[in-house]
Amino acid sequence: MINYIIRRLLLAIPTLLVISFIIFAILDLAPNDPTGNLPMTVPPEVREKIRVSLGLDQPMHIRFGMWLVQFFVNEPLNILHEAFGISIGDAEERTRILSWSTRSPVVDLIIQRTPQTLWVVGLSYLFGILIAIPIGIVSAYKQYSWFDQVGTFISMVGFSVPTFFTGMVAIIIFSVQLKWFPMIYDTTLSVDSWQNFLTQVKQMIMPVSVLALYNASQLSRFMRASILDNLNLDYVRTARAKGRSENVVLLIHVLRNSLIPVVTLIALGIPTIFSGAIITEQIFRVNGLGQLLIIAIEGADIPLVQTLTFLFAILIVLFNLVADVLYGILDPRIRYD
Amino acid sequence: MTEIANLEELSQEDVTKHRSLWEDVWRQFRKHKGALTGVFVFSFITIAVFIGPYIHNIDPSEINFKKRNLGPTLSHPLGTDNIGHDTLAQMLAGGQVSLAVGFLAMLIALLLGTMIGILAGFIKSLDGPLMRLTDLFLALPILPLLLVIILLFRDTLRTLYGPEAGIFLLIVFVIGITSWMHTARIVRSDVLGIKEREFVIAAYSIGTRKSHIIFRHILPNILSPIMVSATLGIANAIITESALSFLGLGFPPDFPTWGRLLYDGANFIQITPSRVIWPGLFIALTVLSVNYIGDGLRDALDPRLRGR
Repeated sequence: MINYIIRRLLLAIPTLLVISFIIFAILDLAPNDPTGNLPMTVPPEVREKIRVSLGLDQPMHIRFGMWLVQFFVNEPLNILHEAFGISIGDAEERTRILSWSTRSPVVDLIIQRTPQTLWVVGLSYLFGILIAIPIGIVSAYKQYSWFDQVGTFISMVGFSVPTFFTGMVAIIIFSVQLKWFPMIYDTTLSVDSWQNFLTQVKQMIMPVSVLALYNASQLSRFMRASILDNLNLDYVRTARAKGRSENVVLLIHVLRNSLIPVVTLIALGIPTIFSGAIITEQIFRVNGLGQLLIIAIEGADIPLVQTLTFLFAILIVLFNLVADVLYGILDPRIRYD
Repeated sequence: MTEIANLEELSQEDVTKHRSLWEDVWRQFRKHKGALTGVFVFSFITIAVFIGPYIHNIDPSEINFKKRNLGPTLSHPLGTDNIGHDTLAQMLAGGQVSLAVGFLAMLIALLLGTMIGILAGFIKSLDGPLMRLTDLFLALPILPLLLVIILLFRDTLRTLYGPEAGIFLLIVFVIGITSWMHTARIVRSDVLGIKEREFVIAAYSIGTRKSHIIFRHILPNILSPIMVSATLGIANAIITESALSFLGLGFPPDFPTWGRLLYDGANFIQITPSRVIWPGLFIALTVLSVNYIGDGLRDALDPRLRGR
């Protein structure tokens, strides 16, 4: 297993390098100019100086190399320095990836925005899992019952209807008509009293439940199929034959085996927390990572876009690996050697 | 004597009543009520969107400030927006674009996926590199990349092909080339299974050309997974296009698509909520019906389920 993990990690390095180069090349090939948004009165020599100060006078491969060094060496060292006070090398002289529009380090912006995304989108993923597993179990155990029929229909709808529509409908019903929840998520709210805590819960209900239902609808179908695969196997009959109660058979024998593929699917879905955030945060105006990306794209803030997109790619590659390893650990029939 | 005659008649009828594969598929497909409803709803939407403008012939880009934010009336069945566009006319025009994007992007993805899948499955030396390429594409963060590509290349294409055609081509193209991976994987694994079967070896033994083997012997046998992924591809492309438009990075404002209409309507959600409901409902209905069709097709094309 250790061998397998090491081999996969080594394989991930060239993959990530190629992905980072693709992202870099797309951004670089595109006809864009960081000085394009400046007023017309700025003379060309000043524009040229701005371009030089951004490092744009260098050829492409040097800029790519510099970005790689900044991303893989300087930024991790800097995080180490700020979080634990361990400094390796000269912390002051190190160049960091700077945002073109705010001139502050990109990583600081990302760290600022991450908690909002994790709270809203992460919680909805968690709730989605918690809803999906029991629904999947009951649907499979009582296959073709009315519960199963209704559940299958709802999950089909939930899976097909995009969140930007369900979110909008939720806003129309609960914010505009009933005025139960606020329309816009207020991120400046600091939870320091019960009153504020309630406000925080109130504004989180809509985004979290819309996304949770979407996640649950996909997962519950999968959970149902997985349980159905197991229900007719020999070991279930054996468990029943030796007199185990239905609860024990279903919740201990079947569930544990059925959860194996579901757990890997959950791991595979974690990167979508972040990319799904792009749309959800736009609906409910949450200022998390997704919104940061949209702002960066609209403002043509290339370093920020590049770093964020690459971070998403790292998450995808990493959780693919996690899913495969989990599968190997949970299912003793899978051997990677 | 009569009994024997009857028997002969019966067997005669059985022999002449030839049942083709597609008849069987259709017979099984009809049993799936959701899929049948899906076909009905999807055809209705498609016909309405393409025939509708001839019946409801208000120009979708006509601006009339005297008639803004109207509720439903006889001349404007779905009301008007904040500058007096007729919502129904815009919905129909937007539907044409959304469906066209969905269909064309699906075609690109399908062609690319099938081609790569067949090449990888059929030619051993290409298998490794092509599958690594597929893995690489699967690891790309698609939505952020789509947003970036569209933003960066929008203006160039606009000057090349005009504002509307340029964006249309760009969106169809980028959605197509970022959604072929699942088709390629399925096609590859099916080709790998089929190319070792006896009928393919028999075809080889009589000296059939490779291209003939691919098109006559292998392709018809992998048609079912391709068709299922085609339906999923339409649904995926329509959702992606509307998501892009919803984020404000799809089509320009004067060029309605369902996603764009939803995005524009979101700012007026307190005055005219119907401007959000209608486009959203049509996106949802289209995707739902296409997904149901895919579900039914999967059951109908699976020989283990068919005929039960």
